[in-house]
Amino acid sequence: MKTINLPKLTFWRAVASIIVITGLYSTYLRFTGGLQSATNLSDTFPWGLWIGFDILCGVGLAAGGFTLCAVTHIFNIEKFKPLTRPAILTAFLGYLLVVFGLMFDLGKPYNIWHALIMWNPRSVMFEVAWCVMLYTSVLFLEFLPMALEKFKWARLLSIVRKVSIPIMVLGVLLSTLHQSSLGSLFLILPTKMSPIWYSPFLPVYFFLSAVGIGFAMVIFESFMSARAFNRELEMELLSLVGLISVSVFMLGFVLKLVDLITSGNISLLFSINEKSLLYFLEVLIGVFIPFGLLIQKSIRQNKKWLYVATVLMVAGFILNRMNVSITSIISEAGVSYFPSVNEISITLMLVVLGMWAFRLITKFFPVFQPMSVKH
Amino acid sequence: MQKQKAILFDATMCVGCGSCYEACKEQNKLAETNDDFLKDHLSANTYTVVEEYGDVYTRKMCMHCVDPTCVSVCPVGAMEKTELGPVIYDPDKCLGCRYCMQACPHKIPRYEWNKTNPRVRKCVMCYDRVSKGLQTACAEACPSGATIYGDRDEMIAEAKRRIAEDPDTYYPEVYGLKEAGGTSVLVLSPVPFDQLGFPGLPNEALPNYTMRALEKIPTVVSVGSVFLGGMYWLTKRKNEIAKENKMSNKKESDNNENN
Repeated sequence: MKTINLPKLTFWRAVASIIVITGLYSTYLRFTGGLQSATNLSDTFPWGLWIGFDILCGVGLAAGGFTLCAVTHIFNIEKFKPLTRPAILTAFLGYLLVVFGLMFDLGKPYNIWHALIMWNPRSVMFEVAWCVMLYTSVLFLEFLPMALEKFKWARLLSIVRKVSIPIMVLGVLLSTLHQSSLGSLFLILPTKMSPIWYSPFLPVYFFLSAVGIGFAMVIFESFMSARAFNRELEMELLSLVGLISVSVFMLGFVLKLVDLITSGNISLLFSINEKSLLYFLEVLIGVFIPFGLLIQKSIRQNKKWLYVATVLMVAGFILNRMNVSITSIISEAGVSYFPSVNEISITLMLVVLGMWAFRLITKFFPVFQPMSVKH
Repeated sequence: MQKQKAILFDATMCVGCGSCYEACKEQNKLAETNDDFLKDHLSANTYTVVEEYGDVYTRKMCMHCVDPTCVSVCPVGAMEKTELGPVIYDPDKCLGCRYCMQACPHKIPRYEWNKTNPRVRKCVMCYDRVSKGLQTACAEACPSGATIYGDRDEMIAEAKRRIAEDPDTYYPEVYGLKEAGGTSVLVLSPVPFDQLGFPGLPNEALPNYTMRALEKIPTVVSVGSVFLGGMYWLTKRKNEIAKENKMSNKKESDNNENN
């Protein structure tokens, strides 16, 4: 006889369940009472936490999918292969969550398909919509081998493998376009953003920070899955990934510094106020501290320190995107905005759902090691 | 092609009576929002307001830009610049992304935040009326002649004439001639425009700022695919050669051992 094992009630499981239940209640409020009953958005501040975090950070945090694909399948650096599949899965789930999260933010989510047939090629949003749609399909195809190996569908698997290289090239191109275009979304706001963050090079900064955070997230995933599945960490590989990641962030910082100096906006950083402090905090936790740590070989090969540096980079990245999309606009427009409890609870719910899905899929599909399938 | 129309608002002539505000509410069947129209602000039910700055009254409404930011950013083309000049909106196309609101340099579009089927709301320059050859409801209602309506080039000529004839009264600029590429609502004022709450804007149309990035896409795609394809071929070949070398080295050393 089979007994049903109920999952053990741990502290984090309890917290996660409470988050999801609260999130569901906020969802109910959002879709019965409109955006007003669930958010602190207003006519003077129409884009808030859901755009700033769920979309801008969500897409960025999922960038590991394309960076690792480029490294292992296009540049053929094979030693990174063990990290590629978890990165593809994270990206696939990340993009599904971004699209799902968008449903909360759009005033008329049931019209989302309009972007398919009602074109406006002058709109960055239109370009992002198409790239995200196509890239999510690409990610599905990149994830497909894991499912096909699991179900042992050899013939379909060999077809998918044959087209895998063009698919991956397409994935890298689409990602380059929309990761940078998320920055281009803000190019049309030259008079509404603080010059600390507004720059014609926003697309470049967004692309670089996506590459950096994509690598950092690979480390983060490895730690998560090592804990969940009692796996050994590939420290040699991960410390190298950490070094690449923080170097990309440093490159982004230096470019921005040159940009601030040549545009003369560097003077804005000499006066101490909320804006400049938040900028300093962003580069301190996102670039300087992780760089200071990971540049030292003994520290980046230490599990605990590598983890600390990675968490800092993720936090700094999130702060950067929130600064671009929220801080810089609040301060210029003189409006006030802080996300409502419902906005926060729905965002947290999305994060928990993503983690649950990752756990579930890694449990049942060959994410960490490919399975051999006989033809 | 039809001639572009425009509204000319002259703040030196406005007496602050609120007739335009009332006429707009009536024309667009908008709910009452404030007992005192001077204290009202733009909302989903108010497309134009009269504001008091000291002893000067001014109006705020959609400026109907010549190259509108809202039209360029809308992913589904729900905003449209008509040939006649008015910028109109199609709620059936709209997704509700609110990029138009985020991007509008004049901070005009408003949203129905409390609805489950929300629309963007703003002045549409009485498109129904003007496409039939009538003037806008606000221009028709204005008793002092502060708001007039006509062909854009005639309105510009009229504005310049007024400044030239009475330079003591007017601040010597027409707001809307160049701001963000120009607008179809032109404003004359006795004081600098920032004192009446009009934003200072670059003379270039804002959609150009985006185009400078978007026009690089074909290059990124073509250079990118050649680069990625080339790298794939190169690195794969390199790995194969490395493997072959290893094999032949191994063979050689095997042979040596046998000998």
